[in-house]
Order: sequence, then C-alpha cells, then structure tokens
Amino acid sequence: MSKLLSVEHLTMQFGGLKAVNDVSFTASASAITAIIGPNGAGKTTVFNCLTGFYHPTHGRIILQREAGGTVELQHLRKHQVAARAKVARTFQNIRLFAGMTVLENLIVAQHNRLQRASLFSIAGLFGLPAYKNAEKDAVERARFWLDRVGLTASADVPAGSLPYGQQRKLEIVRALCTEPVLLCLDEPAAGLNGSETAELARFLRELRDEHGLAILLIEHDMGMVMGISDHIVVLDYGRKIADAAPAVIKEDPAVIRAYLGEPEAA
Amino acid sequence: MLRTPLREALLRPLRDGALAGFVALVLCLPIVGLPTSETANGLILRPRIPEAIAFAVAVFLGRFALGVAEAGRPRPVALIALLVAIAAPFIRFAPEFSAALAIGGLFVALRASLLAFPTLAGRITGGVKIPPVAIKRAPLVILALLVVLPLTPVIDRRLLDIAILVLTYVMLGWGLNITVGLAGLLDLGYVAFFAIGAYAYALLSISAGLSFWGALPIAGLCAAVAGLVVGGPILRLRGDYFAIVTLGFGEITRLIAINWSSLTSGSQGIAQIPRISFFGVADFTATPDAGRHAFHELFGISFDPSHRQIFIFYVILALALAVNAFIARSRKLPLGRAWEALREDEIAAQSLGLNLQRIRLSAYAIAASWGGLAGAFFAVRQGFISPESFSFLESAVILAIVVLGGVGSQLGVVLAAIVMIGVPELVRQLAEYRMLAFGVAMVAIMVWRPSGLISRREPSIRLGAAP
Amino acid sequence: MHVPPPMAYFLQQLVNGLVLGSIYGLIAIGYTMVYGIVGMINFAHGEIYMLGAFLALIAFVALSAIGLSSVPLTLVIVLVVAVTFTAAWGWTVERVAYRPLRNSPRLAPLISAIGVSIFLQNFVQLTQGARSKAIQPVLRGGVTLYGGGDGGFAVTISWLQIFIVVFTTVLMIGFTLLIARTSLGRAQRACSQDLKMASLLGIDVDKTISTTFVIGAALAAVAGMLVTLYYGVIDFFIGFLAGIKAFTAAVLGGIGSLPGAMLGGLLIGLIEAFWSGYAAAEYKDVAVYGILVLVLTVRPQGLLGRPMIEKV
Repeated sequence: MSKLLSVEHLTMQFGGLKAVNDVSFTASASAITAIIGPNGAGKTTVFNCLTGFYHPTHGRIILQREAGGTVELQHLRKHQVAARAKVARTFQNIRLFAGMTVLENLIVAQHNRLQRASLFSIAGLFGLPAYKNAEKDAVERARFWLDRVGLTASADVPAGSLPYGQQRKLEIVRALCTEPVLLCLDEPAAGLNGSETAELARFLRELRDEHGLAILLIEHDMGMVMGISDHIVVLDYGRKIADAAPAVIKEDPAVIRAYLGEPEAA
Repeated sequence: MLRTPLREALLRPLRDGALAGFVALVLCLPIVGLPTSETANGLILRPRIPEAIAFAVAVFLGRFALGVAEAGRPRPVALIALLVAIAAPFIRFAPEFSAALAIGGLFVALRASLLAFPTLAGRITGGVKIPPVAIKRAPLVILALLVVLPLTPVIDRRLLDIAILVLTYVMLGWGLNITVGLAGLLDLGYVAFFAIGAYAYALLSISAGLSFWGALPIAGLCAAVAGLVVGGPILRLRGDYFAIVTLGFGEITRLIAINWSSLTSGSQGIAQIPRISFFGVADFTATPDAGRHAFHELFGISFDPSHRQIFIFYVILALALAVNAFIARSRKLPLGRAWEALREDEIAAQSLGLNLQRIRLSAYAIAASWGGLAGAFFAVRQGFISPESFSFLESAVILAIVVLGGVGSQLGVVLAAIVMIGVPELVRQLAEYRMLAFGVAMVAIMVWRPSGLISRREPSIRLGAAP
Repeated sequence: MHVPPPMAYFLQQLVNGLVLGSIYGLIAIGYTMVYGIVGMINFAHGEIYMLGAFLALIAFVALSAIGLSSVPLTLVIVLVVAVTFTAAWGWTVERVAYRPLRNSPRLAPLISAIGVSIFLQNFVQLTQGARSKAIQPVLRGGVTLYGGGDGGFAVTISWLQIFIVVFTTVLMIGFTLLIARTSLGRAQRACSQDLKMASLLGIDVDKTISTTFVIGAALAAVAGMLVTLYYGVIDFFIGFLAGIKAFTAAVLGGIGSLPGAMLGGLLIGLIEAFWSGYAAAEYKDVAVYGILVLVLTVRPQGLLGRPMIEKV
C-alpha cells in the first residue's frame, strides 16, 4: 500500500485552546483509515484543517498527486481542496442542497468540469454540442452512483425530502461525483439503524476494493470502525494516543483508558 | 376541527381581542388621534380621538372574530365579516376607517372561510392543480397579448404609459431575482446599478453624442464593472451584513450623484436627454432634422405622436424578455446551478470545489448589468433623470416585488409588479396608500410564507428527460 | 479665557460631535441588544426612533397648548410620554413582525423589518403629514467659552448640549448597571449565547426578547426626544439616516457589545462633526456609509466585539 496522505505535526489553536496538538499520521491509497476518539478529541478539527475550512497554526498536510508530485493542503482554500487536490468530504450534520433535486445535487458536484465544458457559460448559453455532451456525461456519472446506492427512483425529488438514511447516502455519492482521490467522511453512520450501518460498511468496502479509493473516516460506531478499517488513529484531547491496525488498537491500554476513563465517552 | 363549547369559544377570543384592541388604542391614540398641524403661530393639535378609538375597536373586532373562527365557528364569522366588508364603504365616518374595515373584513372573511373549508385551504396552500399544458402555454398567451396590446383600440396613452412602467419594474425585478432569488444574496442597493445605467446613457448621449442603441451596451457594461468592483470585497460577508453594505453602496451612489454637480448637475438632474430613435435609422418626429429620416416617412404612414411610445413599449418588452430568456437559460447551466447551490448551502458547495467568491460575483455583476440596461431605458424614456429617482425606497420597491412574487419565481415577479405598480397607477386614490400597503404586505407575506408567494421550484434537469 | 481661533473651532466641532454621538449611541444600543439576542438587524429601529421624536413633539405641543411653562416638568412629562408610547410600539413590532419568524430562514426577519420600516414611515406621513414639524426651543442660552471678538470663531456650549451629554451619560451608566447586575441582564446574556438552552434552563425567552425590544425602543425614544429638542425640526423621514448611522455605530463598536455601541456612537458622532467641520460637509453621510462598508468588510467584529469562528 502506497502512502497517499501524510499529516505532519498538525496543530490548530483557538485562542488558548489547542484543539489539535502536534498530530502526525498517514493514510494509504486504497485503504480505510479511521480517526476515533472521545467527544471533543479534535477529530472534526483535523478534517476541517484537511479540507481548507481551518488553516492550521502549525504543521503540514501533504497529499501525493495521481500524476506524481505532491500538493500541500494547509495552504489551500476550501474550494481549492476539492478542485485541485481532489479531496472530498461529508459533514457531521448533513449538508445537502435541500431545495434542489437529488440529481441536481450530483450535477453541482461536477461543477468545475462542466463549467470548463460550457466555456464558462458562453458555449452553454448558446447550447453548443460540446457542452451538451459534457452534461450527458455528468448525468451518466450521477446515474451510475445513484444506481449503486439505490436512489435512482428519487432522482428528481428535492434532496431535503429524502428520509435521513438516504440523505446520508446522497451526501456520500455527491462527494464521489467530484471524482476524489481521498474521501473524508465525518460520522457517516450517525443516526443510521443497524441494517443501514451494515449496508454503509459494505459500500465503503466496495469503494476501497473496486474503485481503489482512499477513505478517511471519523466514526463513533466501534463495530463498524473495527470491521472495515485498515488502520486506526486515536485522538484524545487533541493529541494522538495510538496509531495502529484495529486488532492492536483494541488491546491498547491508552485507548481503553481514554474511553473508559472518560465518563462522557459514548 | 375541534368544536369548543360556545362560552369557551367566545371567552378566549374576547380576551385576546381586548388585549389587541387595547394595544392598538395605545399605539394609535397619540399618532392617529393627535395629529399636529402647522399654523402661523407654530404647531397646534387637531385632535381626531374618535378616529383613533374607532381603529382600536376595529382591531378588537378583527382579533375577536379571528379567535372565534379559530375556536371552531368559522362559518358565521366568515359571513358576518363579509357583510361588514361590504357595508364598510357606506359608513359615513372617516374614509380611512371605512377602508380599514373593508380590508380587515375581507381578510377575516378569507381566513375564516379557509378554516371553514379545509380542503379548499389545502388546495390553495398546496398549490392549485393546473394542467401542465396550461402552465406551459400561459406565458405564450400573455406574451401574444402583450405584443398586440399597443395596436388594440382599447389602449390609450395613459394605459400604455402604465404598461411601460410595469414592464420596467418587471425587468428590474427579474434582474434582481438573479441575485436574490437564484444566488440568495439580499441586495438592498440594486437601484445603484439602475442609476449608473441611467447616468451612463444620459452623459454619453449628451456629451459624446451616442445614440441610445450605441450607448445601451456601454451602460450595461458600466453597471457590470461597478458590480465587479463593489462586489469583490463584500461578497464574503454573511447575508444580513451583505444586505446592509449593499444598502450603503446604493446610498453612496445617490449621494455622489447629488454632490458631483460638475458631472451630474447635482439634484437638479439632467434634462433634455436625447430621445430614442428607430434603431438609429429614423427619428420619431414630424419634421426630422436635416440629413435624418422620420419614422412615418420611412414606412409611408401618416405622423402620429404615439408611434414613439409604442416603439418604447416594444423596446422594454424586448429587454424584459431578454432578461427572462437569460435566466431561463442560465438556470440550466453549471453557473446557474452553482448560484443555487451556494444559496442552499455555501459550506457544502465550497467543499465540492465551487469558488464562492467568483460564482457570487458573476451573479452580482450580471444582475448589475441588467439593472444598468434598465437604467438606460429609464433615462431615454423619461428624457430627464435626477438623483431623486434612485433612493433606497426604489431598491426596497424592487425587492418587495421580488419577495412578494416569490423569491426565484419569474411569473411571481410579473404578478407582483402588476399588483404593486400597475393597480395604484390605475386607481389614483390608492396611490397614497401604496407604500403603506407595501410595508404591510412585506411583513404579512414573510409571516405567512417566509419563502414567498409562489415558492414552487422547477428542477433544472430531470433524470427521465435528460438531454 | 483666551483660545486661539483654530482651537476654538476644534472645540466647537468636538462639542457638536459629542452631542450627536450621544444620540447615536442611544439608538445603537437598540440595534446591538437585538442583534446580540435574536441575531437579526432590526431595520425598523430607526423608525422607532422617529416615532419617539414624533411622540415627544406631540407631547410638547399638547403641553404648550395647556400652557405648562415649567421647563423641568415639561421635560419630565414629555420624556415619560415618549418613552411609554414608543416602548409600546417596539413591543408590538416584535410581537407582530418578528416573533413568528424566529425560526425562519435568516433573511426573512430582515425583509419583514424592512416592511415594518416602510409601513411606519408611511403611517406617520399619512397621519401626521409629510411636512417637517418645528417647535419653539425649550431650553435656551448657554456658556460662551470664547467670544470670537477678534474676528475668530465663537465657541458656545448651549445648556441643551450640556443637558444632552450629561443626561445620556447618566442614562448609559444606569443602563450598564441594569444589565450587569439584574436578572434581566443575566437572562439576556444567556439568550444571546443560546436561545434553546436558555429556555431549557427555565428562562422565559419570549419575555426576555420582548423586554429587550421594549428597552431598545425606550432608549430610541429618549434619543428622539433629545433630537426634537436639539434641532427643533423633525419629519417622518429622519429615522432612515439616523438608523443607518446608529447601526454603523453598533457595527463599529462591535455588534452585540453594549460598551461597543456607546463607543461606536460617540466615534460616529465625532467623525461626522469633524468631517463636516474640516472636510466636505456634503459628503459627511458618504463618510459614514464608507465607514460602515469598510468595517463590515475588514473587521466585521468591530472594535470591541469578538471574532466568530465558522462552525462546520
């Protein structure tokens, strides 16, 4: 497994609080890396640093490019992370374009490619064939992913009207429509029932095995984390306390202390 | 609906009504009941206490009636309210009181009948089922009517003037709808672009001798550039901050127009702006200048002063339709979808690689350029412009048309422009109350439907009917 | 006392600025409190101030009609009348136009507030007339600091100016104590942190918000009364510009911060006075709008506010 992402000495400070403190870890291509830890451990902050929502106080986030060479994420702005580094993410509290249809959500995710094809709207405004073809491709890509998660029948309904579990799925496939090399999922199983969680785990595994996608996962559902992760990073109070394969993490005394020693840990 | 016992059904509404009536009395007593009046010896009071009390009584009755209707007895309430509304004009008290009673009575009657016939209410609030063919054809029918309108004998000069005015507001409403409706940015200074376009045409035509048709694109361009320059730094701001900053921009533009007298001749305004020509080919005059053609000679018809006005009507119709076509087209483009995505959730949109700054800027600048075109049209039609025409109130009126019509809805803008601009122009007695009604309507519609009257949204693409 | 003319001119602008600033500060408190708690720009607040001015005017005219000549008594009665009735308007506006929209999309309350603003302006115009209203000065005379005998500039501080500055200072100190010491202030601070949590902890959120609007309107009424006294002329349109300036003051000081509103008010008053005195007077409003735009774009948290962290 080749190294795709390496986070080096990441620190994020808000006033006097170090939400993330000198955290380093790596994530491999075609692998699922989980970040776990009690509430307030700094997991989402790591995600926000990775995806340009926060600019870290210290540290580097280095991503290998498909074409060779590297790109450093800590300097990029939000939209550049997706557009240039091909890192996509979902959110803890689902963020869909609720008033737009399911299909439109997936088309928006392919904005940059379509925008180029429409020659920044000029060709599109006059309905030139180059743009029409690009749009057809975009719809086909959307249909492919909708088929995969069984949402094809709901393609033309507003995203906000979907049931909760389907909204989670839609948010994930929307991120996939950006054709990412790294997919960051922030608690994708939160609020799902047992069978939905199992289905999600199977889907993530397929993404890794069939599409060679690297996934970074924040999750509280330990059953799922232990079941699908290739590698687990444990954070507590903003620091990394463990970094190993699931089997090793289960036995790690520091991890057990962090979870059981904390009364509010879920 | 639960039917409560009569005593209870009357008691609570009575209490609510008394409270509302008391509050209304407190509010109205000094402001309505004690108007000040200027005399040679300074201000004096001319009390109108009975009127103030009458208003409070009307509020009491209205609140009471609504309460009774809500407590399970809507039918008698609807009937009585309707009778009151019909009888109101015959009450010989104060005309304002009659008006209040009539409008209030109608409102209560409507509310009560909606309660009385819940299925009807459901149908109205859930959207009346109109056959899709009708929806598709309706704009075409309206368009055909508009095209032949100036040629029909029913239309006179005044009506045509009103139609032109309404169409100007429709165009402005559609232009602003790009920012407010599609991009979700509350722009309170749209009138600035209207002003820039108007001044651009006025100055270019007077000092550089450009014709309307030559100056029109430049006016649009000037407004777009202004939009780019202003929009650049402010588009990152949160919604309400953005709104206030645009308001500031609108007012700064107006104040500059007032104070930069050497360019704009200040608050006197610019008069004698050259009239529109027939595409630069011919003028609308009985006796053309040397070397120019006259419109009626060109077509071999006799001279009629209304020709220019009819032509102006077609110009604004064409301009408005151009905005509409542009919006319809761009909604189906990546850019249009990106506008809507940023309106729905800017954080998610950015995480998908959308450049917030650039996409919003495009919406703002494009809307600005349409505003500029409308401004140039305004200047050529009036022949006179002054900063007075570009106050914040004007921005608020355009915004009100967009909001009342239903944010993002093209047809809604047309309806709102007709109701809010056309009707008060037709019925001059209402003009005085127009802005008052504007204010009330804005509040009422926000409270009743925070997303506007027509809030149905047509998907920009369907999986079934993908191209 | 000998003061060189440039100094005298400076002093005069300083006094003018302080008077204006105190009035803006009073209005700005209404904006900042409401923003702090409900998170909305109460666009109609300028109109509430205008109502306050009109109610004060009506009271003045009524009192002079019945021949009351005692100045202190007149001032007290006018103050009570203006504050009471304006507060009633503030309460009603919140109840009718804002409360139903508390959980609506962010821009809905702002549009509703613009509607209220348009309504109130036209309501007063229709009931009280469109022409500007003038009253006789109530407080006359003042202290001449410098006579301007040798062709220089005379510096006069009128009793009215002293009254305005002293009165607003006392009012603001009292108000700050009220917010810092009472349970109302505690409830307000709790609501500004988290409305839902506050209500779970047993705070009557509706009542706290209502009280906030009532207090804001009362302070705006005081400002309206002072302006009526100071300029002696008002019209139905004064609320718009004063509202924008006071909002700018609130933003400059850091919206949500009470000391910020007072500081911002003073600064805006001083800037306006000095700009008129030393730069182009006709562009004084442009200067204020410029500050508004600049502060919001460069430092949206203002002078005393805390920066916000984007929650994802």
